[in-house]
Amino acid sequence: MSSTFDQIANIIAETCDIPRDTIKPESHAIDDLGIDSLDFLDIAFAIDKAFGIKMPLEKWTQEVNDGKATTEQYFVLKNLADRIDELVAAKNAGASTAS
Amino acid sequence: MQLEYFQLIDRIVDLNLGERTITVEAQVPQTHTIFEGHFPGFPIMPGVLLTEAMAQSSGWLVLGVTNFERMPFLAMVKEAKMRGFVSPGQLLTIEAKIEHEGSGFAVTSAKARVGTELKCSAALTFRHIPFPDPKLRVYMDAMAHKIGYPFQAIAK
Repeated sequence: MSSTFDQIANIIAETCDIPRDTIKPESHAIDDLGIDSLDFLDIAFAIDKAFGIKMPLEKWTQEVNDGKATTEQYFVLKNLADRIDELVAAKNAGASTAS
Repeated sequence: MQLEYFQLIDRIVDLNLGERTITVEAQVPQTHTIFEGHFPGFPIMPGVLLTEAMAQSSGWLVLGVTNFERMPFLAMVKEAKMRGFVSPGQLLTIEAKIEHEGSGFAVTSAKARVGTELKCSAALTFRHIPFPDPKLRVYMDAMAHKIGYPFQAIAK
C-alpha cells in the first residue's frame, strides 16, 4: 500500500499536470509547485474522496490568516500527509467509538 | 427566464436535502435579442447559458444545504457537454446533485432535459462563503420566494 505522501503526490501530478518526479515530501504546494487556490480545490476534492475525509481547508486558511499557523504546516507535502493521517485516524476513532 | 437579469431558473420543482438533489424548471423565452445573433435563421440557446442554468440550479441546492448562510460562486466547469439543441420556447427541466461537500466548496453534477431528451450535462465546482454583503442575502431571499423555494424543506 502506497504511503499517504505518495497518494497525495500522485493526485497532484494528475490534477495539476506536474511531473511526478518533481513532487517531493519537502515541496511546498504553493511556493514550490505553483499550485493556485483553484487547483487546490480540485486536489482537496480528490484527497477527500481518496481518504474519505473532509480536509478543513477553511479552518486551516483562517489559522494562517490569523497568524496561528504557517502555510508550511499545511502545504509542505510531508506535513499535509501528516495532517491527512491525523484526519483519517480521527475518523477511524470516531467510527470505532460509534460501533 | 429573465436573461437580462441573468435569472435563468423559473421554478423549484423539488428539493431533497437528504438526497442532496434539486429539480428546477427554466422556460426558454420564445423571443429574445440573443436569438437574433445566435443564430440568424437557426435560433438556439447558447451553451454558456445552458451551463449557467445548470450552475444556478446547483447553486440553489448549495444554498439550501448551507441553510442560506453561505453564497455559492461557480469556480469550475468540467465535462460540460451540449448534447442537443435547445430552441426558443422550450421548457428545460434541470436536475442537480451534490457529489461532494468539502470545506468551503461543493461539487455537483447537473443535467438538463427537454421532455425526456437529455440536452446537456456538466460537473460543477462551487466555492461558498458567508454572504459578502447583506444586500445579496436580501436579494437571494427575494429570488428564492419568487421561484417558489421550499423553505420548509430546510426547516426540517
